[in-house]
Amino acid sequence: MVKILIEVRFHGRGGQGAVTAADLLAVAGFKEGYHTLSFPMFGAEKRGTPVVSFLRISDEPIVARDEVYNPDYVVVLDPTVMEAVNVVAGLKRGGMLIANYPKSSEDLKKEVKADEMGIKVATINATKMAMEVLGRPITNTAMVGAFGGATRLISLETLVEVVKEWFKGELAEKNAKLVEEAYRYVMEVCRDED
Amino acid sequence: MKKVVRGFYSVAYSVKLCKPNVICAYPITPQTEIVENLAAMYANGELGDAEYITAESEFGAASILVGASAAGARVFTATCSQGLILMSEVLFNAAGMRLPIVLVNTNRALSAPLSIWNDHQDSMAMRDAGIMQVYVENNQEAHDMIPQAYKVAENKKVLLPFMVCMDGYKLTHAYEPVDLLEQEMVDSFLPPYEPAAYLTTEKPLAFGCYAPPHIYMEFRVAMQQAMERAKEVMLEVFKEWAEVSGRDWGGHITLDFPESKIFVVAMGSVVGLLRKVVEELKSEGLSVGLIKIRTFRPFPVEELREALKDAEKVIVLDRSVSFGYEGPVSIDLKSAIYGYSSAEIYSFAVGLGGRDMPKDFLAKIIRDVAEGKEKPGFAFKGHQEFEEVIP
Repeated sequence: MVKILIEVRFHGRGGQGAVTAADLLAVAGFKEGYHTLSFPMFGAEKRGTPVVSFLRISDEPIVARDEVYNPDYVVVLDPTVMEAVNVVAGLKRGGMLIANYPKSSEDLKKEVKADEMGIKVATINATKMAMEVLGRPITNTAMVGAFGGATRLISLETLVEVVKEWFKGELAEKNAKLVEEAYRYVMEVCRDED
Repeated sequence: MKKVVRGFYSVAYSVKLCKPNVICAYPITPQTEIVENLAAMYANGELGDAEYITAESEFGAASILVGASAAGARVFTATCSQGLILMSEVLFNAAGMRLPIVLVNTNRALSAPLSIWNDHQDSMAMRDAGIMQVYVENNQEAHDMIPQAYKVAENKKVLLPFMVCMDGYKLTHAYEPVDLLEQEMVDSFLPPYEPAAYLTTEKPLAFGCYAPPHIYMEFRVAMQQAMERAKEVMLEVFKEWAEVSGRDWGGHITLDFPESKIFVVAMGSVVGLLRKVVEELKSEGLSVGLIKIRTFRPFPVEELREALKDAEKVIVLDRSVSFGYEGPVSIDLKSAIYGYSSAEIYSFAVGLGGRDMPKDFLAKIIRDVAEGKEKPGFAFKGHQEFEEVIP
């Protein structure tokens, strides 16, 4: 059996749903046959302050509940959090930063010294996308879609199914749309990079 | 059915299946979502004829449950930290009145300084109350423990409160796969509660009344005897659970690699990662085994004596401190094996107030002890070195 352990760290600001993003992917990953574990680094979180959450995906039961220090992926829900936090700290060589970022991925690569670190970078203007679809700058579902499109670990169908179970009514439909748009966008971006 | 759920829900859902008559609680992080889930189930009419009572404090919540339990109800509450110690006056009473209250403590540090994060200082403060304490490793074990807790507590040979201790955040806030129990299975495992004695106008009784010196001590002797019987009842219930659920969580302790020279002893959610660390060190050739203490009260004295009789070094990882001495698990373990084992005891206080315990940190502790870099006795591990300013 192939031994898989994928560790992900999410950075956002309180209120944007960084915790829910990790949780949604834990539910979706399990539906795809993986063992999953998500948990927040619960601080004195308030709306607007930087928050962190974690996700582990594996093909065997997950027993490690310590924080993720060397993630394979870092997902950033808010571009401004990168001014306050070194989001790429500990990111593995060959790992990937998937960020909500209004400028080009080239700009972000320079900013985080991606070449020096040997990491890949994928960007998406998730705030703009969320404003268009939801009418609110809540970027967690867009970044769930972005993670799916960048990693292809979890199918779009499963992500949409999980988002529709998680939210209710119109919010479910809108978030499902947002997931799909972000998934397809980032999948294209990553395909162009390769 | 196996489903990814949050720790809170794994507990609340299991409580629902146990059909409590009265649920009463006061919110405190990281417990709140357990009773929020139960409140939602109550509002949706999923809790049958259960009463859900909101209290003005943890003291009030525990008091209401003492009344309800004395009236013959199956009851539930959840709390932690400051909430648990605010309940403490009532909980010592509940134990003395022999009320089989089941509560979940989502382990959290005690103030001051204020910390909402996880360690075991809160439940350790209840050590001498006459309350059974079981520490769980993951959310499946927490889910499974609730029906077992009622079955043990309500057994007429026992009749004592039962506290399920689960690490705050590390378990409560984690989403992970949990095989959710079926109502039918819980119904056949856990019969309805039939109190031995209860408050009724037809046959008036008093609970917890005045006991002068000529009679008080006998009640306390009876509590100790009940705890001793609880050890046996727990083993029966744990065994039955393994048979009906297919999940065997072990007895009072679990023991990995019994032939080892060095043993690590721990409780709670760190055990999973610790097991992995021990397995890796074992494969490197280190003679190291793991003991998970599940039941802290009653304490697994005989089991530890047997497991550690040939041990050379024992590392105890405590998540709390009895200030002026050392970690309470270590204190109890030393007392238990005195005269039965000549092992050196390394007592380390770790992970206080949510201090993370990464894999390398745990491995280093074990390696350092194995290589003779540590002295037996008590020490803190994982803190920053600092110079204390004495004003």
